[in-house]
Amino acid sequence: MNSVLKDPVGDDARFNLDAAFRDSHVADVIEKLEAELVGLAPVKTRIRDICSLLLVDTLRRQAGLSTEAPSLHMSFTGNPGTGKTTVALRMAEILHHLGYVRKGHMVAVTRDDLVGQYIGHTAPKTREVLKRAMGGVLFIDEAYYLYRPENERDYGQEAIEILLQEMENHRDDLVVILAGYEDRMDRFFRSNPGMSSRIAHHIAFPDYSSEELMAIAQLMLEQMQYMLSPDARSTLREYIERRQKQPHFANARSVRNALDRARLRQASRLFAKRTASLAKRDLMTIEAEDIRASRVFAEPAPVETQREGELQT
Amino acid sequence: MRLTQGTFSFLPDLTDAQISSQIEYCLQRGWALSVEYTEDPHPRNTYWEMYGIPMFDLKDAAGILREVQLCRKTFPNRYIKVNAFDSTRGVESLRLSFLVARPQEEPGFELLREAGPGRQVRYALRSYATRRPEGHRY
Amino acid sequence: MKRIGGTRGAPESAAERYRAGVLKYSQMGYWDSGYRPKDTDVLAMFRITPQEGVEANEAAAAVAGESSTATWTVVWTDRLTACDRYRAKAYKVEPVPGSPGQYFAYIAYDLDLFEPGSIANLTASIIGNVFGFKPLKALRLEDMRFPVAYVKTFSGPSTGIVVERERLDKFGRPLLGATVKPKLGLSGKNYGRVVYEALKGGLDFTKDDENINSQPFMHWRDRFLNCMEAVSRAEAATGEVKGHYLNVTAATMEDMYERAEFARELGSVIVMIDLVIGYTAIQSMSKWARRNDMILHLHRAGHGTYTRQKNHGVSFRVIAKWMRLAGVDHLHAGTIVGKLEGDPNTVQGFYNVLREPRNELDLQRGIFFEQDWAGLPGVMPVASGGIHAGQMHQLLTYLGDDTVLQFGGGTIGHPMGIAAGATANRVALEAMVLARNEGRDIWREGPSILADAAKHCAPLRAALDTWGEVTFDYASTDTPDFVPTPTAAA
Repeated sequence: MNSVLKDPVGDDARFNLDAAFRDSHVADVIEKLEAELVGLAPVKTRIRDICSLLLVDTLRRQAGLSTEAPSLHMSFTGNPGTGKTTVALRMAEILHHLGYVRKGHMVAVTRDDLVGQYIGHTAPKTREVLKRAMGGVLFIDEAYYLYRPENERDYGQEAIEILLQEMENHRDDLVVILAGYEDRMDRFFRSNPGMSSRIAHHIAFPDYSSEELMAIAQLMLEQMQYMLSPDARSTLREYIERRQKQPHFANARSVRNALDRARLRQASRLFAKRTASLAKRDLMTIEAEDIRASRVFAEPAPVETQREGELQT
Repeated sequence: MRLTQGTFSFLPDLTDAQISSQIEYCLQRGWALSVEYTEDPHPRNTYWEMYGIPMFDLKDAAGILREVQLCRKTFPNRYIKVNAFDSTRGVESLRLSFLVARPQEEPGFELLREAGPGRQVRYALRSYATRRPEGHRY
Repeated sequence: MKRIGGTRGAPESAAERYRAGVLKYSQMGYWDSGYRPKDTDVLAMFRITPQEGVEANEAAAAVAGESSTATWTVVWTDRLTACDRYRAKAYKVEPVPGSPGQYFAYIAYDLDLFEPGSIANLTASIIGNVFGFKPLKALRLEDMRFPVAYVKTFSGPSTGIVVERERLDKFGRPLLGATVKPKLGLSGKNYGRVVYEALKGGLDFTKDDENINSQPFMHWRDRFLNCMEAVSRAEAATGEVKGHYLNVTAATMEDMYERAEFARELGSVIVMIDLVIGYTAIQSMSKWARRNDMILHLHRAGHGTYTRQKNHGVSFRVIAKWMRLAGVDHLHAGTIVGKLEGDPNTVQGFYNVLREPRNELDLQRGIFFEQDWAGLPGVMPVASGGIHAGQMHQLLTYLGDDTVLQFGGGTIGHPMGIAAGATANRVALEAMVLARNEGRDIWREGPSILADAAKHCAPLRAALDTWGEVTFDYASTDTPDFVPTPTAAA
């Protein structure tokens, strides 16, 4: 047989990574991520790295170079309120733009959505969830609850096995993101090496600094069309610093809750003086007293940090 | 004999890729898909066995194709079809229904005639396969 | 200025208004530009062409009067009734764009003017006297709006599109039919042969033609017996539900019932009637069909005498609305691409009237009123006359899924035989639906989709070779007034 088979792409072919990047519209998603998430520099860097890898992979495939279908399953570890769900949503969009998932939607579940209470219930439940997630991203929050070694008849193991099978055999159909506290996820992966080996990207979400939390608060207030008086601003900073040291601290989520309660107190304050006429500014402004009334200021700041195992404040 | 029920029975059997495109068409319109199988293909057999309930709220064809493949594996020698339900007021019925598997041998139907008064004839159709009990027909 | 009525001035009191003599219709209260139609009014829109010198408003008022309570002169007995309420009111007149001398006249009728559930009564009012009225050169009923309260007095189609599909177990594509040809002269045995071949080859239905009843060459019972043998054999050969529209049209209701009963006894899923049997007979047959789980096919025989010309008669969209109320399941409504009259927009308007749960105002398609069908099932429109497999992409694009495509000559005239002709049509249709659902642009790629399908289907190849180039490209007469009309054979 004479070798008339032509290489589809010659060695001197040129590739334009920048054009590929622009065509993919991934920049828009990253911009959105920058706008809606304060800080998280290491996370954002990792996401850019992954984008670069996938873009180069795409070009390599066009060049006829060997590329294994990349494993894209990920784990997002970090404390509550550090932006894992938001980043997962954007990740689904990015993967969609780059052509690694067909639809780009995200299905978020926890153990209860996957594991049944009776024998024979787990497989259909897990399969149902997988079907819904096909073409997009399956986000499993607090994934370690799937694995309960203390109960040897626990059906979670069954769900894990179906997931493993799916993650291995149907990489084209969906991407799985496992999320939860870092230490518990570590333990989970140690006990489930099969799962660990299928996760290509581990991304750790750091806690926010008080500086970043102030910026987050500012962003939230803008969205809600509220503002802080100068006094309130310093009070909120003090609040955040105290709150960070207290139990059940949940980063951005705690800030959101604090602002919601401050709005409540502002409303009560205005109502108490309801005969006075109000300016638009009054309706928008949160005063120091609206924050100061929080029980965070009543309790002495505890010495030990203890925050594990809690979801909400 | 080739059973020609279903939307695409006059075409060569659809490949899985073609089946996926049809499912995708249905999903885009918000129709729910279901898989049904039978070994009694009489044209008036309205109720084929349901392979699970209709699948609502799915985004992608892969999940439904998976069910088709599982159904084929579980019932390797039956008629299997995919149905698409539209819940819009005024329809509330199937919008598409096509075969995705058929038995290797299709013996077809016998036409039974019973002479009546005058030249009148009463007709009945019987699938040759249903002479055997369920589970042993194909 | 010539007046329709008398020369008296406008009446200022009731006594003056009802003094014996002749008044203008507009002065009698049949013109009221301030009238706002009630939700419960029946509305009609007429295209009027007044005689020279007759004002448009007066002509509209005259139409309102003559189609409701008026006569040519004042009658004192009006005063024994709530006559203000019973008078139809012409409330809007506008010139027809691009047609000097023609006007659109909108008229509202109180619901109490009509007997519930009777097309005969409705039409006796709306088109009863008024079309021969001297002061008008021509008159055409363009559209009607029926209030929900009135719609609810009709049962509508005895089966309806959804249930028909469920009974036939056929979804996701137009149904296929063919009319047996030659129209007249075949013996029962030969006639049944055509039915068997066409159904076995892949059609869902075959059809008697409008004028096949009970003639010397084929008695109706012989036709029914042979056709049902053919239908049953074809069902056994394919495992599909099949049908033949047995035409039960006859001289009397008694004869029609007898024929329909016989069709039912033989196991037919469908019977057929002609429009010429009249509205009352159609409603009777609809009731019968509903009682007997039968699909009712209506052939619009005769409609062209009054629907085709734009300036006079009754638009087919009105006939379509009446027939949906009267309760037929199938109605011939045009092909756009075939041999019979049919502008694309106008025909799509007919289809929408028959099929949609609700029609919005759509002047492009000749729909002048919103119409809520109040849950009345849809009628399956039938496209019949001069269509062939090579037009499949056009038919599917123009007409959609819920229709019966009737390929008579396009099946029976196939060079390889009737069954091959049927197969060609079915393969062309399924290939086109498959391609459309895959997201392909069938309008542009149609011919290549057909050519690809023909690679695994010799009969389709032969059909394309025989008829591929045949088109009927004539100017339509019944065109919309609001858009330029594209040609059908694009």
